[in-house]
Amino acid sequence: MKKLLIAAVSSAVLSFAASGAYAAGELNFYNWTDYTPDDLLEKFQKETGIKVNLDTYDSNETLLAKLKSGATGYDLAVPSQNFLEIMVKEGLLEEANVASMPNYKYVDARFKNPTWDPEQKYSSPWQMGTTSFVIRTDLYDGDCSSLKEFFEPTGKAVGQLGVFKTPEEVMNQAHLYLGQEMCTEKNEDFKALQKLFEGQKPAVKIYSSEGTPDRIVDGTVVMSSGWNGDMFNARTKEGGTTVKYCYPKEGVVGWFDSLVIPKGAKNIEAAKKFMDFVMKPENMALVSNFASYANAIPDSAPFLNPELADAPELKVPNGIPIAFGQSCGEKYIKAVDKIWTKLLQ
Amino acid sequence: MNLPQNPATRRFLGLLPAWLVIGIFMVMPMMILLVFSFMESDPYGGVDPGFTIEAYRQILFDLNFDDELEFDPVYLIIIGRSILLALIAVFGCLIFGFPVAYYITRQERRVQNMLLYLVTIPFWTNLLVRTYAWILILSGDGVIEQPLKSLGIIENSLEMMYTNGAVATGLVYSYLPLMVLPIYASLEKLDFRLVEAAHDLYASRFQAFKQVIVPLAKPGIIAGCILVFVPSVGAFIAPDLLGGGKKLMLGSLIHLQFASSRNWPFGGAIAMLLLAFVMIALLWQLRSARKRMEESG
Repeated sequence: MKKLLIAAVSSAVLSFAASGAYAAGELNFYNWTDYTPDDLLEKFQKETGIKVNLDTYDSNETLLAKLKSGATGYDLAVPSQNFLEIMVKEGLLEEANVASMPNYKYVDARFKNPTWDPEQKYSSPWQMGTTSFVIRTDLYDGDCSSLKEFFEPTGKAVGQLGVFKTPEEVMNQAHLYLGQEMCTEKNEDFKALQKLFEGQKPAVKIYSSEGTPDRIVDGTVVMSSGWNGDMFNARTKEGGTTVKYCYPKEGVVGWFDSLVIPKGAKNIEAAKKFMDFVMKPENMALVSNFASYANAIPDSAPFLNPELADAPELKVPNGIPIAFGQSCGEKYIKAVDKIWTKLLQ
Repeated sequence: MNLPQNPATRRFLGLLPAWLVIGIFMVMPMMILLVFSFMESDPYGGVDPGFTIEAYRQILFDLNFDDELEFDPVYLIIIGRSILLALIAVFGCLIFGFPVAYYITRQERRVQNMLLYLVTIPFWTNLLVRTYAWILILSGDGVIEQPLKSLGIIENSLEMMYTNGAVATGLVYSYLPLMVLPIYASLEKLDFRLVEAAHDLYASRFQAFKQVIVPLAKPGIIAGCILVFVPSVGAFIAPDLLGGGKKLMLGSLIHLQFASSRNWPFGGAIAMLLLAFVMIALLWQLRSARKRMEESG
């Protein structure tokens, strides 16, 4: 209810802003729901005198559609990496020159100049996460170090495996395992993927993207696809201490949400200030503590809640590749759909 | 205020709100879907302008990974499975629903009302919640298995969850009231002196049931079958939660097209196909109802 109220109030505020009663020194921030800590916005206002108005959305598609329709009145938004790529291509973003900001030095070198924004012109990091697989170590003595375990399970895991119902992430994991390029358009790659998934299916007990933490904690499955945030929650739950989030040598699949400035933003300078402000370790820690996701600012660790700071689920070990999902072409999307529908026919 | 005097105008104005509601909330969304199904899909979701029957072609023929167009039974298999499961659900509902409806009609008026009220109670809770309850009942550590295990009757899990049986159970449970109520409605009007007359004429219990009760309950049975079949064939929640998602059903297939596959036209085309099945079922009911009317004069 409170959230609804906030959304209603902020959209009312925004429509005022659009109607010309726009006060200088205000920032219209468009972010995912449950993703923005109030204390962060208060702290920003205290330090800069700029008031932040928050409005929320629940999917990248919604955000893209809004920005495409133009004239949104937003000064900041938070797309995921694959949609950020589309927005750059479609010319929907203002340049922010993040690389030259004072606090940019805190960003982990692994996440500087990412593929979706190679010169760090448009985006600054917000939160990130990974997708991999988990094993119940007390029920199954599996090998966490390779995706072979997940795609070609043996022994006790056969018939006790849970896999996501939607293909995106599992498909990217399969690319990593088979050494294929992301967004491949080669027919032989598609055939290899199809063979891999058909081979995995007899071992699968359930295809579902919901309730994965519950099923691994109550032992319905002994191995499962999992998001790191979910699996952090599963492990810290009662009876979940033996849930192990795996970092296979082939890599994990990642998502990365960033702050961007939509084209036509009225308060670009204030938006840039906010970007720089968020990259400061103690501020970034506020966001992670609130959202329970990882971030790309290693120095934020001392400011994190202890259970977050120590969570292996949130820390990708050095040397483990992270493959970030990309926005792929039509041929790829159609092929993946075909493989998946055939699999579940 | 002047009311229009012409009765036709008045009837039109009186029905206008109903027409508007049906038009805006039922016909329009379906028209949008119909139009979308003939458009080109946008790789980022949504549709692009242009007319194509691509989406309908895809139901039967598809390019394979050697770029040859071939007959592809994938979707026919999914459609077949959905219809089969819906028929099983209808059959299950009939088996359980008929005795219940019959029992209710044989009670006193006051008890009847009470029992009918009890039949509708599940509708007060969200379907999703009720289906989740079945996970608790059927799962490995659930209400059924746990006592059997602690009594030592079974050792290993019965593996009831994530099977077609679990889906059928979920469907029967979800739609059972839709079978009970129409059968009750037609049995309630049944004159039991007819049954007594049948017995007087040396009909056995089974003969009386088969030749007197069933024919008189037929309108209710048919209505109940349709009411159960229609939502079952497009069911989404029970197959998804109880079936483990290993075998796609029409509802999940459509969902997949609008979500991760981003192929709205194809999703629209399958939705239209589903609509066609439902229409056929309804037309069949309409025809048999008309036939009955003619028979009874």
